[in-house]
Amino acid sequence: MIGNIIDWIGAPVIVAAVKVVVVFLVLLVVTMLVIWFERRVLAFMQSRLGPNRHGPFGLAQTLADGIKLFFKEDFRPKNADRWAYALAPVAAMVPSFLAFAVIPIGDHVTIGDRRVDFILSDLNIGLLYFLAMGSLGVYGIVLAGWASGSKYPLLGGIRSTAQLISYEIALGLSLVPIVLVAGSLSTQDIVAAQAGSIGDVTVFDGIPVLEQVSSIFRFVPNWYIWSQWPAFLIFLIAGIAETNRAPFDLPEAETELVAGFHTEYSGIRFAMFFLGEYIHVVAISAMAVTLFFGGWHGPQFGIPWIMPLVWFTLKVLFFVYLFVWVRATLPRLRYDRLMWLGWKRLIPAALVWIMVTAVVNTEGISQSVRLGVFGLLFLAVLVWMGRGDPRLALIVPTKQRGREVPSGTS
Amino acid sequence: MNLEVILFGVMFVMALGCSIAMLFAPNAVHVALFLVGTQIALALAFLLQGAFFVAAIQIIVYAGAIMVLFLFVIMLLGIDLKESLVEPLTGQRGLALVLGAVLAIGLLFVAIQGASLAAGGADGTAALTELNQDPGNVQAIARALFSRYLLPFEVTSILLVVAIVGVMVLARRLSAVETDSRERAAMNEEAA
Repeated sequence: MIGNIIDWIGAPVIVAAVKVVVVFLVLLVVTMLVIWFERRVLAFMQSRLGPNRHGPFGLAQTLADGIKLFFKEDFRPKNADRWAYALAPVAAMVPSFLAFAVIPIGDHVTIGDRRVDFILSDLNIGLLYFLAMGSLGVYGIVLAGWASGSKYPLLGGIRSTAQLISYEIALGLSLVPIVLVAGSLSTQDIVAAQAGSIGDVTVFDGIPVLEQVSSIFRFVPNWYIWSQWPAFLIFLIAGIAETNRAPFDLPEAETELVAGFHTEYSGIRFAMFFLGEYIHVVAISAMAVTLFFGGWHGPQFGIPWIMPLVWFTLKVLFFVYLFVWVRATLPRLRYDRLMWLGWKRLIPAALVWIMVTAVVNTEGISQSVRLGVFGLLFLAVLVWMGRGDPRLALIVPTKQRGREVPSGTS
Repeated sequence: MNLEVILFGVMFVMALGCSIAMLFAPNAVHVALFLVGTQIALALAFLLQGAFFVAAIQIIVYAGAIMVLFLFVIMLLGIDLKESLVEPLTGQRGLALVLGAVLAIGLLFVAIQGASLAAGGADGTAALTELNQDPGNVQAIARALFSRYLLPFEVTSILLVVAIVGVMVLARRLSAVETDSRERAAMNEEAA
């Protein structure tokens, strides 16, 4: 009977459905933990305690908050557009969940004679799919801003549209060098290309001293971060901007816009925005790990399929910590500085780096060495570009400016 | 009854429903949203054909960038009330009817030809599947674009660059010196 049903639906479909449910549930739990983690770490950085009452170490605080939000009254402003107002939270949350479909969270496990990969779907356009989901996520914020029928959300929505579209370009361009190096858009291929260690390069074999020197580096994993760190920097900055978090949280700048696009939302709808934002943070972190930090690769011992999961989780946790750290450290950017950074620095830098990577990769030998050299050149160009900006001179007052201030007023 | 048929049904209903709703929605933002729904349904259609790359580009470019800009403009200009029903172009309706009929005939022709090809045993899907397997959808498109269709590809890119430069020339803010010299030229013209 059950066998018949399985045959009728097809085993791959069932495996996929089980994976979807598992990923969904895990993401919900992860969001809870990440919110708790962020509050605790922020509190620690600001010499506070943070939530520590509910459950061990305050772990159940987010659960309590979630239950509270769920039962809160769900109101709608009088001027709100009914359908768009209801659609916006869903449109903000769903793409963040969908983005996880292409992230390989571990190696594979064999159940019976069937190989099950720890990835929802190994699309051959994985990176493009990830970008597509990111670009759909804009709608939630835009719609929330417009549909609330109130001026602060509208301002927040318009700001975020400009911000997200600008930084989406930089984010997309920062992935191109990785695609060039790996020769594939599939995230699993990219992770597979980062296996082994950089000591394994065969370029120096047979050369007396260099061979020994290169074998010293056998403990260093062959991650793309070593050769592609400019792309990583651009990816990280653009990624933080894409998630609307400090220092790029202009759409919800509370000192100017109350709470920006979700000012008029409460209860479960507000919770959906929150959920979407935190899932997005985890998704960007997971993508950074997948592209630049070897994905689930790490020292192998114990049960072969558990360690990759552990390594992946630890790496992602580091990036989530980085997100929180950045939030606690950096002040919010001014709007014109945000646009300047995105259009005049990140996008040209990404384009230059794409060309550098393309040129360097025309021949296959000693890539890391040459990319390192080119990276230094790139840094020099960046510093030069930064110095050439007249507005930086406005921020750092020169001595001449100091002299203009009348001396008797204090 | 397999999964593809169900997906095709979802895509079909979504595309058609969104298109029709788009025509009759009075609110400009709702129209834009239904257009987004149509774009996503079309991306699903590409996906069902095995055209992964085109599907992703459809969502990134059309649903993700162009429609967001549409919404942005609508929000910024505040055209969220009922749009005006004054037609600035005379003869717009007649022209639309004629062009629509031409498009419908063209589509019908393509459909009939496709059906007759399929009936004749020409298996286009098998060739497509093979191409998608080896060397893969993205690689196959890249090979076609940069070899066989290089000229149209480059011409299109020149067209886009020209459009971008044109917009920059039209929309840029004049510097103080330029404004000054233009005003002086206008005054000279008046004096002459």
